[in-house]
Amino acid sequence: MTEEIIIAGFGGQGVLSMGMILAYSGIMQDKEVSWMPSYGPEMRGGTSNVTVIISDTRISSPSLNMFDTAIILNQQSLDKFENAVKPGGLLIYDPNGVNRHPERKDINIYQIAATDKAAELGIARLFNMIVLGGFLKVKPVISEEYIELGLQKSLPERHHKLIPDNLKAVQTGKEIIKAIQTV
Amino acid sequence: MKELRLMKGNEAIAEAAIRIGVDGYFGYPITPQSEVLEHLMAEKPWEKTGMVVLQAESEVASINMVYGGAACGKKVMTTSSSPGFSLMQEGMSYIAGAELPCVVANVVRGGPGLGTIQPSQADYFQATKGGGHGDYKLITLAPSTVQEMYDFVGLSFELAFKYRNPAIILSDGLIGQMMEKVYLTEYKERWSDEYINKTFPWATTGRAADRGNSIITSLQLQADKQEEVNLRLQKKYREIEDNEVRYELINCEDADYYFIAYGSSARISQKAMELAAEEGIKVGLIRPITLWPFPTKIIRELGQKSKGVLSVEMSAGQMVEDVRLAIEGKVKVEHFGRFGGVIHSPAEILNALKTKIIGG
Repeated sequence: MTEEIIIAGFGGQGVLSMGMILAYSGIMQDKEVSWMPSYGPEMRGGTSNVTVIISDTRISSPSLNMFDTAIILNQQSLDKFENAVKPGGLLIYDPNGVNRHPERKDINIYQIAATDKAAELGIARLFNMIVLGGFLKVKPVISEEYIELGLQKSLPERHHKLIPDNLKAVQTGKEIIKAIQTV
Repeated sequence: MKELRLMKGNEAIAEAAIRIGVDGYFGYPITPQSEVLEHLMAEKPWEKTGMVVLQAESEVASINMVYGGAACGKKVMTTSSSPGFSLMQEGMSYIAGAELPCVVANVVRGGPGLGTIQPSQADYFQATKGGGHGDYKLITLAPSTVQEMYDFVGLSFELAFKYRNPAIILSDGLIGQMMEKVYLTEYKERWSDEYINKTFPWATTGRAADRGNSIITSLQLQADKQEEVNLRLQKKYREIEDNEVRYELINCEDADYYFIAYGSSARISQKAMELAAEEGIKVGLIRPITLWPFPTKIIRELGQKSKGVLSVEMSAGQMVEDVRLAIEGKVKVEHFGRFGGVIHSPAEILNALKTKIIGG
């Protein structure tokens, strides 16, 4: 198994930390992982993206131009990465603020209204964990118990009391994700 | 079991420095390697091992602090990125001329000039051919994983002290910024003054009763004396070339073509190899781990019997000159690489193999 993922959105949406929790969870499940962020001028006040690879075998390139899964959190990222999903691959997006929806016919498309749900529940800071939950529902590349271990490893000790809320947000994501198109 | 952590390449360099017992780090922040200094400041190794961490006023100051520390037989290092490493070239030449051990990591970004902050491999000439003046060589190691970023700190110091020669870790923004698994080693104590006195008679540790003056200098006013110094250096460099070549061969049995690539380009080339295999193209990867000394012999042995060789580097074509020298015109050698901070994709590398080597 090798899962090549791009997560892209605005700076501040928790794109990089979501990728890190996913990568750490992969390590806890004894997988090979890599986490490659964009660190150029785009992250200074604009879009932010990270490539995460989880694999059973040694990972070759940490930098990719085609992905099994794209997790897209704003319009700019959708425009940039829709065509970077491999045919038959997966695109998950939050429709908040999106006015041009995905148009590809050869990929699986799922919608997750995580921004709205996080606002409704008053948990804006756990937005990224809702999205992560949605992804894991569609592609269970990491088992749930390892997500908890991944959170323990990636969050500083003083934030460990927030882990139950994080896991609840993952659960919420699993409940609200919906298929738009499956191929 | 060894401690396992998810770390950035830059953090791995800093963590390794603390754990292997480095005495002093002198540096100045620059993207994409600022996490080295940040990690050291967060970890406060002066409280754990007594390691000195100092943000100098400039790169010129950093390298001269390294020069001073190295003259005392201490394990000292600095890190920087391309424009900062350029500022250090005078110091590098002096340290090489004075035959002192130290470690410098260059996390390369796009140039020339202030360039960009994204990854590049266009400092190959500067590291391997000597960016400063005079006939000198730097032992140059090129990590391609975050684990190697960690491991090569210790290895660089080992080689630097073995040969009394500066060692360079030549990395780039991709390996510096990415996170991977790292297995951490146990903390080692720093060398004691007694150990340094006993082991390194050249070190300027204060004159002991039982020995003469230790003089560290790169200056010889008499030309014949300076020629002697150069002859000694050249003899040492030949010894390093004979003993310290390191490389990795991936899928090289039965290959028709070869990629030659180091660092992040070696990783991306491996993905290109996977894509090539899907199309039935048999390509192997020769990954130089030491860029100087360069793995000329193995590239000659394997490359000359192949149908062609593609040198892949995020540059306009630097390492390809050494590859051509190794192949001696026997088979086709071409270069491929994006540059100025752009990372080539695996598909672009495969396409270059097809158009420049197979169909070219």
